[in-house]
Amino acid sequence: MRLMEEMGQRALDLGVPLSVHLDITYRCNERCVHCYLDHEDHGEMTAAEIKKLLKELAEAGVFMLTLSGGEIMLRRDFFEILEYAREMQFLVKLKTNAILIGDREADRMRQLGVDTVQISIYSHRPEIHDAITKVPGSLGRSIEAAKFLKSKGLKVNIANVLMKDTAQDYPGVIALAKELGVHALLDTMITPMMDGDRAPLELNLSEQKLKDVLGDPEFAADVAEMSDCSTQMDHVPCSAAHNSCYVSPYGDVYPCVQFPLPSGNVRKQRFIDIWNHSEQLNEVRSIRVRDLPNCSACGNVSTCTRCPGLAYMEGNMRGPSTQDCEKSYARTGILSVNLQKKKAAGAGLVQIQALRSSPLVQIQQPAVAAQAVSA
Amino acid sequence: MSPLYIARSKSVAARMLGGEMMVMSAQDSTLFDLNDTASAIWQAADGITPLNEIVERVVCKEFDVAPEAAFQDAEAFVTELAGHGILLVSEQPIPQETK
Repeated sequence: MRLMEEMGQRALDLGVPLSVHLDITYRCNERCVHCYLDHEDHGEMTAAEIKKLLKELAEAGVFMLTLSGGEIMLRRDFFEILEYAREMQFLVKLKTNAILIGDREADRMRQLGVDTVQISIYSHRPEIHDAITKVPGSLGRSIEAAKFLKSKGLKVNIANVLMKDTAQDYPGVIALAKELGVHALLDTMITPMMDGDRAPLELNLSEQKLKDVLGDPEFAADVAEMSDCSTQMDHVPCSAAHNSCYVSPYGDVYPCVQFPLPSGNVRKQRFIDIWNHSEQLNEVRSIRVRDLPNCSACGNVSTCTRCPGLAYMEGNMRGPSTQDCEKSYARTGILSVNLQKKKAAGAGLVQIQALRSSPLVQIQQPAVAAQAVSA
Repeated sequence: MSPLYIARSKSVAARMLGGEMMVMSAQDSTLFDLNDTASAIWQAADGITPLNEIVERVVCKEFDVAPEAAFQDAEAFVTELAGHGILLVSEQPIPQETK
């Protein structure tokens, strides 16, 4: 087992929040068509509040800190926050569109010992990428920034979210990454808006395209590696709330950035008290694969990448995540229990893609998620 | 032989996890899991206290180890971490601002 994995397991055993994703703003200078955020500032934490939080996170044992947004560089105090985060000795990863990163900013990031900078790139073709971000020239600026960062010796990843209008370009993005000497991360997951609005899911790949992509050896998913199911039933579904969590720019704590179950607010309580005593986090922690009514009996259980957050946004954190059912189907050709039930109920019948717009996709449940977010 | 001074580099990520110090080099991203003895040396690496004094005061006393063996092990450990930019090593005290 690699040392990092050992560390993750030890944190899991000890109940330590090893990794925290902190969005420092939801404001953004791009308007990506698939984005799940409300970009208005509804009272984000000040630098002083964020520093107080960072100190609490360090005391709680957090080692990996991802600073993200929105666009992190829109905060005028970004480097003040970053400097303090490094003073607290976090392993800092940044997620950014990078269009505001020039030579000077890249240099500062290197000086401060940032571990990795992840840049969102949707296509190697400006006309496609810029149409997603709605900012003319954004691809060129992101690529320039990647070059600046790379030239300083920083690790750079390109995150390529695949959508129905961009998926054909992922080989071009991989080639671009190779040319830049950086790593490409491919992601097929489009998530609902944090308020429960599922409109962005319309941008998901078609069934056939998903099958093609997941069947490509360049793609990260490795079915063989995931197929040991001997102790599967006792597994925790994912790291959310077990050794990681998410904090919003407003101080709200959630199990994960994709799991908008409000679990406390660091403006009202110390982080460690939320981590240790939040009813919501404890409920998430209590769930084992065997507790999942549909998924525990599913033929895809050993290979599924079921996201409990997406399941929650469908209406039930113990239920299936239809998007992951579709991914499993594309990988294995086996219909999940969830999809079989939908099929038996007469929804869509053949086209999995059609299930999204069928009345059987738990229409009431996004509203439940929306209430939970605003509670 | 001149005394060796050691200081923790600022360019690392580090956190105590279950009594052991996890340290990652910003230079090459190598991750180290320091045991009790190594963690104690790490914590004591203030740039002012010579390594032999750290070994005597922290390692030998707290972990009941013979000084000679402890010093040899400590030197090997310090050399390895210095190679990854995690510890700074000098024959002179290391001022705070250079760490």
